Amino acid sequence: MDNLYSEKVMDHFKNPRNLGEIADADGVGTVGNKNCGDVMKIYIKVEGDKIADIKFQTLGCGAAIASSSIATELVKGKTIEEALKLTSKQIAEQMGKFPPAKYHCSILAEEGIKKAIEDYQKKK
Amino acid sequence: MKRIYLDHSATTSVDPQVLEAMLPYFSEKFGNASSVHSFGQEARGAVDNSRHAIAEFLNCKSTEIIFTSGGSESDNLAIKGVVEESEIEKPHVVTSSFEHHAVLDTIKELELDGKIEVTFINPNKDGLIEVKDIEAAIKPNTVLVSIMYVNNEIGTVQPIRAIGQMLEKLNKEREQKVYFHADAVQAAEYFDMNVDTLHVDLLTMSAHKIYGPKGIGLLYVRSDVPIKHQIVGGGQEYKKRAGTENVAGIVGFAKAVELIEESRNQGIKEKRDRLIDGLLKIPNSQLNGSKEFRSPANVNISFINAEGEAILLNLDMEGIAASTGSACTSGSLEPSHVLLSLGLKPEQCHGSIRFTLGRETIEDEIDSVLEIMPDIIEKLRKMSPFN
Repeated sequence: MDNLYSEKVMDHFKNPRNLGEIADADGVGTVGNKNCGDVMKIYIKVEGDKIADIKFQTLGCGAAIASSSIATELVKGKTIEEALKLTSKQIAEQMGKFPPAKYHCSILAEEGIKKAIEDYQKKK
Repeated sequence: MKRIYLDHSATTSVDPQVLEAMLPYFSEKFGNASSVHSFGQEARGAVDNSRHAIAEFLNCKSTEIIFTSGGSESDNLAIKGVVEESEIEKPHVVTSSFEHHAVLDTIKELELDGKIEVTFINPNKDGLIEVKDIEAAIKPNTVLVSIMYVNNEIGTVQPIRAIGQMLEKLNKEREQKVYFHADAVQAAEYFDMNVDTLHVDLLTMSAHKIYGPKGIGLLYVRSDVPIKHQIVGGGQEYKKRAGTENVAGIVGFAKAVELIEESRNQGIKEKRDRLIDGLLKIPNSQLNGSKEFRSPANVNISFINAEGEAILLNLDMEGIAASTGSACTSGSLEPSHVLLSLGLKPEQCHGSIRFTLGRETIEDEIDSVLEIMPDIIEKLRKMSPFN
């Protein structure tokens, strides 16, 4: 599979960071659906204006799991304002080599984080 | 790491005896079979002998075999060849919705170009085409029925002989004959390939699925079936397919055919069943396609809430090679058209895994898969939001 994905994608696929759920999350966002094959659920814990903790659960391919892992790493400890600026392009750049057809995975990760933040802001 | 290859429907290794038979035809006996001199005649002799051996296997005449570059070209030639040679203004073609893309996309392209009318027959939920559905689809302008012998994804065996007999009966009363093409690429290793008992007019075969080399296949065309060549040039293959003969490939193809009987994996069906039964012990799993009418090499199982490519990556890390009908490996984001045609939901397609056994598959390898798979599925399900 070395020709399909970068080492970094495979590393995040094998050892996903921030995997799991947060029981008392301040915001939760679910994106994707079972028809398209990828479903991401993002949980955030907010302290002050910072994302103190973030976790994800993903049903999907290698790129979907790796992009969730990478995206959560990118926003953990960041302010809400900074996290909202995260783009799929940044996630894709971090992922390195992966098939172009998988770009939607990085979009899904961006949307998942934004949806969790939205949920937090609504509840506030 | 010990590697386990369970993707024999994708391709097989070249049998050492096949390779040995081919080797002289690269640097030593390299002649062009169309040349008059001794170099050419050496090559011509090898092509003729190989064609004769394969004709015996198919129970047809040597002149009814057209060598091609492989299964896809044979399928293209069969369909376009029959359609373009037809005198009907807009011929009608009947096929199934779960054919290999070499058949399906050729037919869809002709349809899109307005050159043919098409009826796509859906398989039943067991992945089997019913003869009565084909019969009901036949129209006065029908010129061709194309149905695969063994489905490449789910391994279900289609009633080729019964369809052939039905069409033969219909043809007796018809002015416009309906020709019958079967893509038998996945069938040659295990099933009857006698074109007479199958009652087929055209049949596709490929060498690299039966331990022969890649880049060589054939189309059997019964002598009274008019077809239009698709490649023009030097007049080779009875003017049906131009191009200098792939002599080494043809020799290897014939050797591979010769080895089918004696090299077959005895007990492959028992190994397959052990793999199926073992994998179905994993909760929320299902076998796709009939177990009864199924290739002894094919296992295709869907796991709910585990995605196929992620399963493949995990298997690959353990050295195990398989394939999936998930959208994520298709490049098109569409799940397998075969699984969808059975009426499966997309989520069932995304979690499908195909293992295809071969001659060298041993019990130990089945054990390894059965040991590893439950952990992989459990791990992926735990990662998902649906655990």
